Amino acid sequence: MSIALEINGETLQVEAEADTPLLWVLRDELKMTGSKFGCGIAQCGACTVHADGQPIRSCSTPIEALAGVKITTIEGLGGEHALQAAWVKHDVPQCGYCQSGQIMAAAALLAKTPRPTDADIDAAMTGNVCRCGAYQRIRAAIKDAAATLSA
Amino acid sequence: MNIQTKLSGDRTGLAPTRRDLVVGAVVTGSALLVGCSPMDLLSLGAKKLDFGAFGPFIKIGADGAVTLISKHIEFGQGTHAGLAAIVAEELDADWSTVKVEQSAANIKVYGNLLMGAQGTGGSTAIANSWMQLRKAGAGARAMFVNAASAKWAVPAAEISVKSGVVSHPSGKSATFADLLADAGKITPPSEPVLKDPKTFTLIGTQSVRRKDSQVKSDGTAVYTQDIHMPDMLTAMVAHAPLFGAKVKSFDDSEALKVKGVVQVFKVSSGVAVVAQNTWAAKKGRDALKVTWDDAKAEKRSTAEIVEEYKKISAAREGSKPFDVHGDVATGFNGDLTNFGFDFPYLSHASMEPLNCVAQVDGQKVKLTYGCQGTTMDQTAVGMALGVLPGAVEIETLFAGGSFGRRASPSAEYVVECALIAKKIGGFRPVKLVWDREDDMTGGRYRPMVRHDVSIKVGADGYPAAWRHTVVTQSVMKGVPMPQGKFDASAVEGALGSPYLKATPVVDGHVALADSPVPVLWWRSVGATHTAFVMEHVIDQLAAKAKIDPVDYRRALYKKAGADRHLAVLELAIEKSGWGSALPAGTARGIAVHESFGSVVAQVAEVTMKDGEPRVGRIVCAVDCGIAISPDQVAAQMEGGIAYGLSAALFGAITLKDGTVEQRNFDGYRVLRHNEAPTVETYIVPSGANPTGAGEPGTPVIAPAVANALLVLTGKATASLPFVKA
Repeated sequence: MSIALEINGETLQVEAEADTPLLWVLRDELKMTGSKFGCGIAQCGACTVHADGQPIRSCSTPIEALAGVKITTIEGLGGEHALQAAWVKHDVPQCGYCQSGQIMAAAALLAKTPRPTDADIDAAMTGNVCRCGAYQRIRAAIKDAAATLSA
Repeated sequence: MNIQTKLSGDRTGLAPTRRDLVVGAVVTGSALLVGCSPMDLLSLGAKKLDFGAFGPFIKIGADGAVTLISKHIEFGQGTHAGLAAIVAEELDADWSTVKVEQSAANIKVYGNLLMGAQGTGGSTAIANSWMQLRKAGAGARAMFVNAASAKWAVPAAEISVKSGVVSHPSGKSATFADLLADAGKITPPSEPVLKDPKTFTLIGTQSVRRKDSQVKSDGTAVYTQDIHMPDMLTAMVAHAPLFGAKVKSFDDSEALKVKGVVQVFKVSSGVAVVAQNTWAAKKGRDALKVTWDDAKAEKRSTAEIVEEYKKISAAREGSKPFDVHGDVATGFNGDLTNFGFDFPYLSHASMEPLNCVAQVDGQKVKLTYGCQGTTMDQTAVGMALGVLPGAVEIETLFAGGSFGRRASPSAEYVVECALIAKKIGGFRPVKLVWDREDDMTGGRYRPMVRHDVSIKVGADGYPAAWRHTVVTQSVMKGVPMPQGKFDASAVEGALGSPYLKATPVVDGHVALADSPVPVLWWRSVGATHTAFVMEHVIDQLAAKAKIDPVDYRRALYKKAGADRHLAVLELAIEKSGWGSALPAGTARGIAVHESFGSVVAQVAEVTMKDGEPRVGRIVCAVDCGIAISPDQVAAQMEGGIAYGLSAALFGAITLKDGTVEQRNFDGYRVLRHNEAPTVETYIVPSGANPTGAGEPGTPVIAPAVANALLVLTGKATASLPFVKA
């Protein structure tokens, strides 16, 4: 099918099968490879993007469900977002593969909850696995970015 | 890979031994040529490398910026930053502008000096590079100093270098960029003068930070999965559902109807579906009908293997001694205290499932991927394609984790990709994608292990005689490395333990079982189970003797002369507030273990929540020699602990009639944000050469938690994981 997707503020016309998950359209068709493939069944969060501001797992969201939805990916965050600066400041990434998803989940959290508690962070981030175990640095970086954004 | 016994035995000996150089001779088998070293054989076909004036490890641009050429992959462990800092320190480069690039595959130039082959593993990246890169940096510095000396007609000894600027007390000064052309013509001294580590200004400071955090935070870091090349195809393979099964026949009629599927064919590991993109490859594979020949497949269930290991252990069937000393004949007379432990298969479960990009055209082979076992992969692919190993060109990318998984001696996923690319031919790029299910059910697990320990306790409460039997599959089976009398990697950590050294009578044996289930080194290898057994046994003996477990360890370490163990123990005790009051329902546990040349002590504070252990604060003390980047050593302790804790709490790959029961993260539970501990890392000040950091933090946490649970619940732990599915 041919479908118009609104990604990072641009409307992009995509040719793909209707059941194709957004992740594979982003990665294979649009060559936007920041969102990662980790599990394919919405269990690890590496593919997290925003749909109308809500964090979704793009590996399990077929494009046919996304007409008229505003999608934001890690590429749309700009590279200088307060979260990304905090990630660099704390040297959060190790292998780095999950970090796009972690940052997108955190960005959705901060948009809704500018000063998250530990419980808020647990609730928002528990779907995002990091096998390198950067969890405590991610938590510190989220709090740091929250302070920057609220200042 | 398994080299820590060498490291432990000779922490300063970084030169490869004759035995190391035999690595790979086995794989070339009867093709051994008289008069050629194995390194010569494995580099056959290699292109001559064209590196610049500063040698194979250092490039300096026209702007004076220094680039380290890393022979080691970066997959999280912080090696790129550590290696770059070694060069920057000796060269007195401007650290803020130092960059890192990945080297080519070339065993002779870029071999791991502790392995005798190119590759990353065994927590050796920093340790084996330490003197090599210090010399490279110091040599380049001498070139700049000598160039300035000639240009300014002043003695070289009066010249200093700081942050990429060469200067003389007369006021003359020039940047690396200014002196680049002149310095490039100078022959570096063969034995450049190295700094006294006491004068280091970069190494050991908080300035040594990662060089890749920005690209790993904005989505631009490139992993294998991200590779797109013109005309590239994507392949997925239908793998056998049982280990040891083979393709009998297949029906590809439905698969070929899937839009985007280009070709379907049999490869040695299954049936390959080659398509225009990943989703088409996956749908094509789903539509494939394969009949498997499972005559030689593993069809047992986990419980049967556990029982088999128990039997082998009890009978010591086919076992070999790994540590036998003292009067074994009479030492065990009288009452014995017995312990038994069972450990499951574990999946590495890196975030990036296995993948590879290959291009093949006759003798021309190029691989682009997160390559860990460089020479092993070149050799395996060379043999599969009938190409000289050195001619297999490799471009190494970041990998989304590995924890040992990408260093597979059979290089099965790399060979699979290369064979598909050969069939496609014409140097057309083929990306092989394993999905999570392929990755998790594909074997190469941390092996299952059984330990039986029988101890005769002396009148003083300390072990007088220690009998120890280990049963496991060998990760070294079929590995082209020198095989000793027994597989040391199966018992490392029991072998060499200060507790056994302090015990007058020891009878330690290891028996190796076999199975079609392939096994592999998994972050910290043998220590993943030996540390648990040694450390949990010690706390149970201490409890029986009514001695504080810290005092119990102190006595044994003193007896064994284990000074480094004592030092990390004391540091962890001091920082954790051992013995001070804790909230009701919380208990502390301690464990200490040496692996990969480093010694780590951890104190874990544990509570029970919803019937599961929950770990809060962890104090970690580490002696890893000189810590080049204290922050990255801390990151490796944090990450190593999370990895070890995840496995200890939840990790288990189980078989039902041979079929792996965990296929994805829904079945194979891993540690998540809400379960993550807070780790405080303290580094023992040291002037010794650096030892491992990537692995030594991992094996210590499970016994620390078990020892806390012993206090909290009064119950010992006889099998992992703590939380049963």
